[in-house]
Amino acid sequence: MAIRFEQVNFTYGAGTTLSQDVLHDINVNMPTGEITAIIGQTGSGKSTLIQHINGLLKPTTGQVLIDDFKLTSGTKEKQLIQLRQKVGIVFQFPENQLFANTVIEDVMYGPLNFGMTKAAAKIAAEQALTRIGVSENLWSKSPFDLSGGQMRRVAMAGTLASDPSVIVLDEPAAGLDPRGQAELLALVLELKKMGKTVVFISHQMEHVVTVADQVIVMHEGRIVAQEAPKVLFNRDLSWFQDLMLDLPKAGQFAEKMKAAGLILPRRPLNLQDLASLINKGAQHE
Amino acid sequence: MNNIMIGRFVPGESLIHRLDPRTKMIGTFIYIFVMLWANNWQTYLWSAVFVVGLIKFTGQPFKLYWDGLKPIFWLILFTVILQLLFTPGSPVLWHLGPLSVTVPGVVNAIYVMVRFVLIILMSTILTLTTPPTSIANAIESLLGPLKKIKVPVAELALMLSIALRFVPLLMDETQKIMNAQKSRGMSFSTGGPIKRAKAIIPLLIPLFVGALQRALDLANAMEVRGFKDAVQRTRYRILHYDRNDYIAFFTIVFFVIIFFGIKIVTGF
Ligand SMILES: Nc1ncnc2c1ncn2[C@@H]1O[C@H](COP(=O)(O)OP(=O)(O)OP(=O)(O)O)[C@@H](O)[C@H]1O
Ligand SMILES: [Mg+2]
Repeated sequence: MAIRFEQVNFTYGAGTTLSQDVLHDINVNMPTGEITAIIGQTGSGKSTLIQHINGLLKPTTGQVLIDDFKLTSGTKEKQLIQLRQKVGIVFQFPENQLFANTVIEDVMYGPLNFGMTKAAAKIAAEQALTRIGVSENLWSKSPFDLSGGQMRRVAMAGTLASDPSVIVLDEPAAGLDPRGQAELLALVLELKKMGKTVVFISHQMEHVVTVADQVIVMHEGRIVAQEAPKVLFNRDLSWFQDLMLDLPKAGQFAEKMKAAGLILPRRPLNLQDLASLINKGAQHE
Repeated sequence: MNNIMIGRFVPGESLIHRLDPRTKMIGTFIYIFVMLWANNWQTYLWSAVFVVGLIKFTGQPFKLYWDGLKPIFWLILFTVILQLLFTPGSPVLWHLGPLSVTVPGVVNAIYVMVRFVLIILMSTILTLTTPPTSIANAIESLLGPLKKIKVPVAELALMLSIALRFVPLLMDETQKIMNAQKSRGMSFSTGGPIKRAKAIIPLLIPLFVGALQRALDLANAMEVRGFKDAVQRTRYRILHYDRNDYIAFFTIVFFVIIFFGIKIVTGF
């Protein structure tokens, strides 16, 4: 499912004395079956933006098109349930949303809400848990007895179980160990293989260059770039510094080389890229 | 969630912001206590004029105070209707069975409404211009004498300020969990009353788990830093009255004198 933002503005607390304009004239699209990464400084409006994709927030003006669903300020709460079935959002620290007596019941919560029968919901939950690597002996345990990493997986399974076509992840890697992070990236790529549209927010440029097909850069509530990582990370260093964004490690390394007088033909995205560029021969100034 | 104005502090530099919190609390209590003696339009008018004057001095827009009244609109309406329908007297304007609307009833209803609004406005001035921790400090200081009869005033004040500190955190947390469960299809607007009541469980359980976790974390953090109760503590912010506070007390006394003056002139 393709997502398109058209001239979206958003204000928190519109019409009250404490209103705060957060999004300004947003025009972006997130193509079907691709992985879109959203980056930007803290407070730039990333989380606010993604909450428009399943109607938790509605644009103050403008509209969001999610396939054939049109979300505007006038959209009724009743219509949103069908949108939320198609768009699953996993929030930051999703382990905080667990509530049921057992892991499997918690994962079944979404599918049941979206109208599946108990039997179907159970099958969907089991499939999601298996895909995400929660071993079967944990399924009947209380979610509160699990480790933090296991809880995170259960929470993610809770979203995947209702089989949404769009999956939105808000800083999914925050607080995971390196192995957990690698598994998460593998999962994101697997979701893409299954034909899902994936949107994720990240502060880690390594993750962005590893999986993203396109990157959206936000700054103070505006979109300042929407392009492929290859294009984006080849921009001037000063552009990144102005937005207070980091380059991927390989890119930072290349900048150090440049400072020492060794110039590569373009900025590398990752370690392999860096190695092959060096092999081709860096040029002395 | 963000529209709840009761108890919200809005930072500012006004004269009233800078007053000692004890002055503001005592002033608010005196005002409310005295205002409850109002019994004719002259005294209500004077009380209203005084509050409006104070609001001007806080430097905050009237709209903020209006927002503060909105949540209790239904409560006011309810009380007014009760007054309207159940006050006996004559002349009777309208009646149906045991219900009747009388002229004294209408007058009473208006007075009750004004009284309600004035009390809320006055308390809003206090909470709008005073950070919660200052209010807790003021309570501790004002209750100080009770230490003599072994009331653990300092501990009570600490509990109060921790509780106040947790309110915005819990409100944020509620919002986050709501968003997460709504994304999983939770809906409060469908089904019968039992189904709706049940729909709240996925919200309450994570909220309690989170609150307990936070409380434990806080207790541990305090303990590892050597917190002990029942010890004499010094303060970072020391409360002291200055010239403005004396002016404020004088202003309240002025209010009280004029108030009773009007009462005497209008013949109780
Ligand atoms: N519920 C809310 N009510 C009012 N203002 C809010 C609310 N949520 C966020 N904001 C404000 O909106 C702005 C953008 O916040 P947002 O959470 O979208 O940023 P973000 O890019 O996701 O940041 P981070 O990287 O820290 O998660 C911030 O200035 C924030 O203070
Ligand atoms: Mg965020």
